[in-house]
Amino acid sequence: MENSNTIIINGLYKRFPVGKGEFTALSDISLNFAQGEFTGLIGPSGSGKTTLLNIIGSLDVPTEGEVLVLGRSIGKLNAREAARLRKESLGFIFQSYNLLAVHTVYENVEFPLLLLRLSASERHKMVLDALEWVGLTDKIKSKPPQLSGGQCQRVAIARAMVKKPSLVLADEPTANLDAANSHHILQTMETLNRELKTTFVFATHDDKVISYLKRKIYLLDGRVDKDEIINHNSLKP
Amino acid sequence: MKLALKLAYRNLIGAGLRTWLNVVVLSFSFVTIIWLKGVMTGWDYQSKTDMTNWEIGGGQYWHNSYDPYDPFSINDSHAAIPEDLDALAKKGEALPMLLIQGSIFPEGRMMPVTIRGVDPDQTLLYLPTSKLDTTDGIVPAIIGVQMAKQSRLNEGDFVTLRWRDANGTFDATDVMIAAIFSANVPAVDLGQIYIPLSTLQDFALLPGEATLITLKNEEMKWPEKEGWIFKSKNELTKQVDEMIKTKSTGQNVIYGILLLLAMLAIFDTQVMSIFRRQKEIGTYVALGYTRQEVVGLFTVEGSMHAVLAALLSAAYGMPFLIWMAKVGWTMPIDASEFGMAIAQTLYPIYTVGLVVGTVIMVTITTAIVSYLPSRKIAKMNPTDALRGKLQ
Repeated sequence: MENSNTIIINGLYKRFPVGKGEFTALSDISLNFAQGEFTGLIGPSGSGKTTLLNIIGSLDVPTEGEVLVLGRSIGKLNAREAARLRKESLGFIFQSYNLLAVHTVYENVEFPLLLLRLSASERHKMVLDALEWVGLTDKIKSKPPQLSGGQCQRVAIARAMVKKPSLVLADEPTANLDAANSHHILQTMETLNRELKTTFVFATHDDKVISYLKRKIYLLDGRVDKDEIINHNSLKP
Repeated sequence: MKLALKLAYRNLIGAGLRTWLNVVVLSFSFVTIIWLKGVMTGWDYQSKTDMTNWEIGGGQYWHNSYDPYDPFSINDSHAAIPEDLDALAKKGEALPMLLIQGSIFPEGRMMPVTIRGVDPDQTLLYLPTSKLDTTDGIVPAIIGVQMAKQSRLNEGDFVTLRWRDANGTFDATDVMIAAIFSANVPAVDLGQIYIPLSTLQDFALLPGEATLITLKNEEMKWPEKEGWIFKSKNELTKQVDEMIKTKSTGQNVIYGILLLLAMLAIFDTQVMSIFRRQKEIGTYVALGYTRQEVVGLFTVEGSMHAVLAALLSAAYGMPFLIWMAKVGWTMPIDASEFGMAIAQTLYPIYTVGLVVGTVIMVTITTAIVSYLPSRKIAKMNPTDALRGKLQ
């Protein structure tokens, strides 16, 4: 039977060794994320939102429980399979952009396509499309140090979206941006979510991001505190 | 691999000055190693050529008692020249030489010498023996520049020469220094004095006898002769090979130090890269690389220093090496004092094997040095790396 859920989490625990004991970062998390959701994991620092995002992104593994992402069980993937999942189906957006500083904007956005071994002409077209989505076609030859924070984050979005992934994971994407840039970025992501039906999962405690979310999952001390579906039209700024 | 090369190239070029500093140091190693090895090859070639031209020809027959390292045996090392070799000598294809121990008395001092009797008409060796072809009753002699320096003799000087004949009787005469020659082979110069063969045979009461017979033809398979031992050119130049080998071992230490410096720079860069570029490493993993692939990328990146260094070496090293091969490397001190066959100016010889071998050796070493620190990446936690947390 076909499952329309992009992410299924059942009884997830994540514990980290601390000294001789251990610290429980996530405790009994069970959530489903449908395709095309624009969802946020909201909570203060240490609430476990980044840890959950990392597990969904196959950068980390559950200590207990099961996490299915696009039908693949994260805990059972080997390094190569996990890398393949990230390469083919996931996009990441980070708080500090994590752009490759010595590469141009074009090369940064092209990078995920190089990993997919697409032809040069295909790559060229897709990179230009992605840069057009974020309005940076005039910065193709610039390098990240020559760009503003907002522009860097738009490059990061273009890099995450260029391969049209099924799922984009964004960890505090507006934390380093001013209000105007934050709204611009969020509007871009919202448009891409609407037009490409890409699932977006945010980890955030920024009110500006929260105001755009269609679903808000509040985490507190590693547990789901509240899960709200929002009437988006009434909240849109 | 193609992708790793592409990314490594972008990263290296993007790193700017840091990359070029490493590349310059490494290229210096390339050029120096090739140059020094070229000098050794050139030295080897020149030494053997000089020995062939001045001393050993295409091989020699030695009287079976002859031992160049035992002066006491020399006076007993002589026998009649075999007929066939005598016939060859008349055709200029063999050169008999009689050696006996003697002394000269320059300025009242006594100097032990080996008196070599040689045919003045010979052209088999470079020795200027035509200067021995005199008919005015004077006994002519030629000596090398080092011998002249030690004895303070000049052209035209007379010096008393003393020897013992076959019966053990001392005899002496004055000889005139007819010529002083310059050779790069110490064995034909230091302690040697050349006079006409027939004169020495008369002096020593050894008519028709010789101690060694130098042959012109290297290729021919020379038969064994009773009372004589055949020494091939390879045997006679074995010493040079041994000496070059010894020198090469010493030079390997220099290569080692040069390479070590270059490798330290690359190792340091790699360690710093891994330390500073943790976020980048995390990003590579997030974008779809496995950690092993990132190790590969960093290893390729480090190894690419060697490729860039090879290109840079070709750019400035090739003109330098070609120039050196043309003008040679002149010894800072008098090379004849080294006591071994070495020219005053050495002309390096570069072979394809030397260049390709050096490039391969340096590239492999660079790859290993690049890989060692990169292994740390395989143990990194990608989520910590993404945050730039030190690991």
